[in-house]
Amino acid sequence: MTDAGQPSLDTAAVRADFPIFDGPVNGRDLIYLDSSGTSQKPRQVLQAMDSFYVEANANVHRGAYYLSDQASRRMESARTKVARFIGASEPEEVIFTKNATEAINLIAASWGRANLQRGDAVVLTVIEHHANIVPWHMLAAERGIELRFIGIGEDGHLDLSNLDTLLDGAKLVSFTAMSNVLGTLPPIARIAEAAHAAGALVAIDACQYVPHLPTRLADLGVDFMAFSGHKMCGPTGVGVLWARREILEAMPPFLGGGGMISNVTLEGFTTAELPHKFEAGTPPIAEIVGLGAAIDYLDGLGMDAVRRHEIELTAYFLRTIKERHGDDVTVHGPSEPSERGGVFSFEYKDVHPHDLSQVLDEHGVNVRAGHHCAKPLMKELGVGATARASLYIYNDESDVDRLVEALDDASDLFSF
Amino acid sequence: MAGLEDLYKEIVIDHYRSPRNRGELETPPAQHAEGLNPLCGDEVHVYVQVEDNVITDIAIGGQGCSISQASASMMSAAIKGKSLDEVGELSTAVKSMMSIHEQSLEDDDSGVLPEPPDVELGDLEALKGVVKYPVRIKCATLGWNTLAEALQS
Repeated sequence: MTDAGQPSLDTAAVRADFPIFDGPVNGRDLIYLDSSGTSQKPRQVLQAMDSFYVEANANVHRGAYYLSDQASRRMESARTKVARFIGASEPEEVIFTKNATEAINLIAASWGRANLQRGDAVVLTVIEHHANIVPWHMLAAERGIELRFIGIGEDGHLDLSNLDTLLDGAKLVSFTAMSNVLGTLPPIARIAEAAHAAGALVAIDACQYVPHLPTRLADLGVDFMAFSGHKMCGPTGVGVLWARREILEAMPPFLGGGGMISNVTLEGFTTAELPHKFEAGTPPIAEIVGLGAAIDYLDGLGMDAVRRHEIELTAYFLRTIKERHGDDVTVHGPSEPSERGGVFSFEYKDVHPHDLSQVLDEHGVNVRAGHHCAKPLMKELGVGATARASLYIYNDESDVDRLVEALDDASDLFSF
Repeated sequence: MAGLEDLYKEIVIDHYRSPRNRGELETPPAQHAEGLNPLCGDEVHVYVQVEDNVITDIAIGGQGCSISQASASMMSAAIKGKSLDEVGELSTAVKSMMSIHEQSLEDDDSGVLPEPPDVELGDLEALKGVVKYPVRIKCATLGWNTLAEALQS
């Protein structure tokens, strides 16, 4: 909720930290409305990665030499920052992966294979990103597990009316913490409580959640959480899997190789302690350092302020686009700003999203068009694709205004 | 809106608004394929009737953006009544216009691109503007690629 009197964000100051906004892009001012795809990167993150390579580059956990120790320290310092940022009990519960997709695949391949047998059920939702559907399809094909789906109900929220039935016999519930298409914020703690009561573990795809809302694992009550670095001001190439220690301890390793072992003989191997057990091979060290700097940056803004800003701008977006375009525009997802994130899939007249995105690009307005890696959800919505605008810390009301105005051009070109 | 006129030529918009040869043909005797652009969800269905190496009838279905649907419509109008050889040349010429040169690994490495077939493109030339928008080339060639699949089916 918006707390009156509390400052939200000074977006002009934030923008000044992001070099991509310094100059024109393709000859135009950049109106970047695709942060759900990936966020832009502040100078602080770029500098942290640069200074890692300039001052401390060496492989980690390998050498007794000073430089390797420096590299390891910077990487482990980032792990501690991640743990604190999400409210993990200890840094060892934070596993670095390539991205959130790999983190979910890790859950499916390691925990899933060790714990799921034919006939066991995994509960997902119809609003999931493909990253939280396909790994389970793959496991279903291999293990004969049953996939069940929580449907979509009123106003873009999940339909939880039959949750108890869906949970009967389920071993895992895995769902998005915030929809990348609708902005829906499922009641995580409520679902987790019901799942635990039914004997199932709970995983969340928090790719859109961790960058946008204060994340307190203790309040969420989940067992696994996956998210990516690049949607929260960090670089591409690094994601995070968090899980409770006892679960990680009991899981078999995922990828095998250097770094994840305690001992290797010609007969076999034993695994390293957490978190290294799940981090085979040289990790994306500079990217992890960059993610640490991104967390420092977001901490500097304050995640409560980030959320307040997003609710304010969401309210402005929903109000402004309706005032200007009325029934010509349909915005999917919850109508109440405090009950959703600032990601808007919308349709405008009957202009195809691709064409819409192309026309908006002529105005420097960057929105994504397509199925947003959520084809089952597109089918639920009865559309092939949507245009999607998404907000972040550097966006302000003028960005929304530019989008809303540019829609008129699409109307001129494609009105039938 | 300078720039976009090259992409959204009047004739392209016309084919999008009033697609030609829209519908289905009975299979068999017609051959059929469905093309999908997984990146964005554009769909083109091509039904094609071939008699004595001539395309005697064609029908187009599917849904998607203006470029994918207009290009398929323009293709249908251009190839109806043409021989398979002529259609092959047209297809190569259209793709060449969009900077797609189908080369095999065995091609010589002279760096000289093969000359496109010298054929009259007619209305199809209106899609030339797509070349400036690389993301849309896949939309524009979806119909042609689906036609090739239908002919092989």
